[in-house]
Amino acid sequence: MALSEPVDLERIRTFVAVRRAARPARRAALSLALPLVVFLVLTFVAPILYLLVTAVDNPETRSVLPRTLGALETWDGASTPDEAVFAALAADLKQAKADSTAALVGKRLNYEIPGMRSKMLAASRMAAGLEAGPFRERFLEQGDIWAAPETWSVIRRNGAGLTPYYLLTALDLKQAPSGGLEGVAPDQAIFLSVLGRTLLVAGIVTGLTLILGYPVAYVLTIAPKTIAAVMMLMVLLPLWTSLLVRTTAWVVLLQSDGVINSVLMALHLTTEKVQLIFTRIGTVTAMTHIQLPFTILPIYSVMRSIQPTQLRAARSLGSGPTSAFWRIYAPQTLPGVVAGCLMTFILSLGYYITPALVGGPQDQMVSNFISVYINRDLNWGLAAALGVVLLLVTLAIYGLFLRLVGADKIKLG
Amino acid sequence: MNAMSTDTFTTASSSQDALVRFSQVKKSYDGIHYVVKDLNLDVAKGEFLTMLGPSGSGKTTTLMMLGGFERPTLGHILLNGNPVERLPPEKRNIGFVFQNYALFPHMTVAENVAFPLRYRGIKGTAAREKVARALGRVGLEALGDRRPAQLSGGQQQRVALARALVFEPSLVLMDEPLGALDKQLRERMQIEIKQLQTSLGITMVYVTHDQSEALTMSDRIAVFHDGRIQQLADPKTLYNAPENRFVAGFIGENNTMNCTLVGREKGLAVVRMADGTVLKAADAPLTGGSAALSLSVRPENIRLAGNDLPPAQNLFSGQVTDMFFLGDHMRLSVAAFGGQIVTARIPVAQVQGIAVGGTVHLACLPSDCRLLEG
Repeated sequence: MALSEPVDLERIRTFVAVRRAARPARRAALSLALPLVVFLVLTFVAPILYLLVTAVDNPETRSVLPRTLGALETWDGASTPDEAVFAALAADLKQAKADSTAALVGKRLNYEIPGMRSKMLAASRMAAGLEAGPFRERFLEQGDIWAAPETWSVIRRNGAGLTPYYLLTALDLKQAPSGGLEGVAPDQAIFLSVLGRTLLVAGIVTGLTLILGYPVAYVLTIAPKTIAAVMMLMVLLPLWTSLLVRTTAWVVLLQSDGVINSVLMALHLTTEKVQLIFTRIGTVTAMTHIQLPFTILPIYSVMRSIQPTQLRAARSLGSGPTSAFWRIYAPQTLPGVVAGCLMTFILSLGYYITPALVGGPQDQMVSNFISVYINRDLNWGLAAALGVVLLLVTLAIYGLFLRLVGADKIKLG
Repeated sequence: MNAMSTDTFTTASSSQDALVRFSQVKKSYDGIHYVVKDLNLDVAKGEFLTMLGPSGSGKTTTLMMLGGFERPTLGHILLNGNPVERLPPEKRNIGFVFQNYALFPHMTVAENVAFPLRYRGIKGTAAREKVARALGRVGLEALGDRRPAQLSGGQQQRVALARALVFEPSLVLMDEPLGALDKQLRERMQIEIKQLQTSLGITMVYVTHDQSEALTMSDRIAVFHDGRIQQLADPKTLYNAPENRFVAGFIGENNTMNCTLVGREKGLAVVRMADGTVLKAADAPLTGGSAALSLSVRPENIRLAGNDLPPAQNLFSGQVTDMFFLGDHMRLSVAAFGGQIVTARIPVAQVQGIAVGGTVHLACLPSDCRLLEG
């Protein structure tokens, strides 16, 4: 084939010339997009990469206890280590006391060995006063924790620069002393149920926005222009109000002495105040209200592109109104429905303020835990790991949607 | 020759043959303006009837009322003698081809064509055979698995046709179905649609604003203007004997010139033009209601005056203001009768020694000249 068809130089030259002619336009397009690309890399890609690294980063033990880790290389892993290890630990802790880094490693090891933080601080104070050995006895006097082989295997394991600990914890798993994986104690297993709850609430909110929003989107397409404009304004208004303001408004409405309870009481529909705030119902109601525009707008935009003659044609061919809707209209709105639902579902997965203000303790979502670990517990590793899990779940759901309906079936605009 | 009353049109054959009858139908959207004013129209079985008119003339509204998508404000629509104003479209069993085809984009061609069959209890092999036959009829047997978006405009048009015909309706309505096609394809489809209609013996009501389309295909044409039927006739009559100034101007090209009736002579009307020239025209019964009269003559019926003419010619002359070469003929614009522009189509070979600015002598037969009111 290649021999019978000699290389056509003219065609190659033409191809090169065409590419060259298009170069200025390509460069112009690229330079126009460049500021946004730079902005996104700095503010979006870089933080996400940092988050991924933070979720597995493990610097504390490595930097504070380097000598101890070196001495532990020859440890058998089953008995209390020998004098050499304790001497190395004493030297490391003496340095740590001087650098005020004992609390750092103590906090890190405390995640895996409860009480380790205070033990580490006490040991560092003791080590600072020790001039010469034998160190082993002095440490063992401090507590049984220094005699336990588990303590030392945790220290040795954390000598590695990367750790699966945070990610495993985010999935209610831990590394067994033997090295395998096992579930954490039932009273500590909270994150899977939080994740499940997050998915459930997001699912309920998505379903409700679809049920409420679909008819609204349809009416928007068939209503006279002036009425449609007013309706559109009402749909968009929530989008133009701050999320915090909207959520606070729901607090006012939902609380025990709030507007809704007052109306219910005044109408004698209930004799007692109904608990609305700090419940799942309150959370879902407020989130549904806030998410409605995100579901409605993509559906509306797709519905507007469907020709009105489609339904007429179906009717003329013998299809009744209901059948024509389900067989002809609804399938054509699918791209908008998928896009709207996907948008609402993914945004709902990351809800933070609304569950925090309107929801009860049982309605806190993954984001609330991330915030707690960042702001209160200063456990950035676990916060990052929860963020990574949420990100992966979101991507998985997006991928699932793409597989189920096809990328061409999603129309966001 | 104008025996029909001006507002009631019935078929030449007995009215029992009428498949569709509009009886005093009026349609208004706002209660003030009528889009359709007092429509009376019969469509005979097996007939190809075209509703022709400019946009806003009420022709599409009339079609939509027949299809069941609009309800008449007043009056009745009879289908096979039964009133159908309140019958929803799906119960009318009428095939409808829409302007934009309205093919269902999420279905294949075959599924589109099979769609009406499912509501008529036709399934499985029987349905597949019907779909194959319908697609074969429009020459698209091989494209059943394609999606509408993968077809050309002409192919989509054929699918829409196959879908409207597959359940063998006795009446098919078409709303400007060829509007989106290019000229050549449009002309081919006109012939194909006409052949299908004749061979299947179906009744077709066709809406268009394209007069040549209407002339090519129709058995009868109803010219709509301002919510009323201006004239209902077969294409030849419509072309040769327009009844009023609107029809004369809308169908083909026409010179319409103001004139006054001065008398009658040997079965011909004698009129005086604006500049005093006296011409003769085919006599027409005039209602006398309208004072203004005009003389209408088609450009192809005007020729150069010469020695070889029969004596009863209308003769007039004027100054040539424009000349265009159009291949098989020349088109002359002549200022005659004191400044009125008269257009004439003259065979190229005869145009010798004529130049813009020069004077020409023109002639036409009185039988080609029609006297119109308004």
